[in-house]
Amino acid sequence: MSAHAATLEREEDEVPVSALGPAPVRIVVGYGFWIFLLSDIIMFSALFATYAVLHEQTAGGPSGRELFELRHVGIETLSLLFSSYTCGLALLAVERRQMRAFYICAGLTFVLGATFLGLELSEFAGLIARGAGPSRSAFLSAFFSLVGLHGAHVTAGLIWLTFMVAQTAYRGPRDFVRRRLLCFSLFWHALDIIWVALLTLVYLMGAR
Amino acid sequence: MSEHAKRAAGAGDSVPGDAEGDRAGSIALYTTGLVFALLLTAASFVVSQTHLLWSPGVPAGLAVLAIAQMGVHLVFFLHMSTGADNTNNVVALAFGVLIVTLIVSGTFWIMAHLNGNMIPATAIMEMSH
Repeated sequence: MSAHAATLEREEDEVPVSALGPAPVRIVVGYGFWIFLLSDIIMFSALFATYAVLHEQTAGGPSGRELFELRHVGIETLSLLFSSYTCGLALLAVERRQMRAFYICAGLTFVLGATFLGLELSEFAGLIARGAGPSRSAFLSAFFSLVGLHGAHVTAGLIWLTFMVAQTAYRGPRDFVRRRLLCFSLFWHALDIIWVALLTLVYLMGAR
Repeated sequence: MSEHAKRAAGAGDSVPGDAEGDRAGSIALYTTGLVFALLLTAASFVVSQTHLLWSPGVPAGLAVLAIAQMGVHLVFFLHMSTGADNTNNVVALAFGVLIVTLIVSGTFWIMAHLNGNMIPATAIMEMSH
């Protein structure tokens, strides 16, 4: 067969997108959730912009330089990063039907996420105890809204993860269960991406 | 395999984060991402805490490291690629980045102008007398 004929055959094989028919459910669900995550990131961007505008408006109160403890924040960053990693491994394990590995990785994801949340709550409690609560200054209001919203997302993620592990144990790694696990892992990775921006803008730039 | 058969088998498209099939997601891929992310995080802490960089350049350096790390997360954890089956995901991401840029830079622009046009607080106090 000549090269020309081979090209022709390939062209015949190419069906326009409009004629392909519906995509598989997994693709539709994952893509829809990706769109939701992008809209969530856009909501975060509004709070990031607010924080960036207000971070010097301390109203005579403490500034980030006096308040932030980078060692604490470093441990938070590591636990969230490793939980993102174990979450990816958990998804990989359930796709390969390695259920024991899935439960171990999902458990680690939960423990690391809970560690992050515990550290963040203790930081908040410490700030409020020092009189640097959200009502102290515009800077602290913006700080608590931005970091607190991320913490609320992590809390929601931990609850979701608990339900998903229970559902996987109860229903087995069926298609719909694995689709939901895919959405959860997307959510968890997106939270880590937001944390990278938060760490840089709020903590590393703020503590200088 | 024809396009129809491919689509029926779910191979014509991909979604972010998908670990199904041989195309995306292997332990090695996630581990590479983790190593890169750890290196970039460590670099961010070093840059912010030492005088390695010229100090007015530190915020720019931190921003570059953060953007690099977000890229690492997108590629190694969310499996974003330039492949044909990934076009929709990348277009959606590009739109998201556009809106985020508009919101953040627009806020800075407007707030800087408002701040510049504001009457100083001392002047307002004098007027009220």
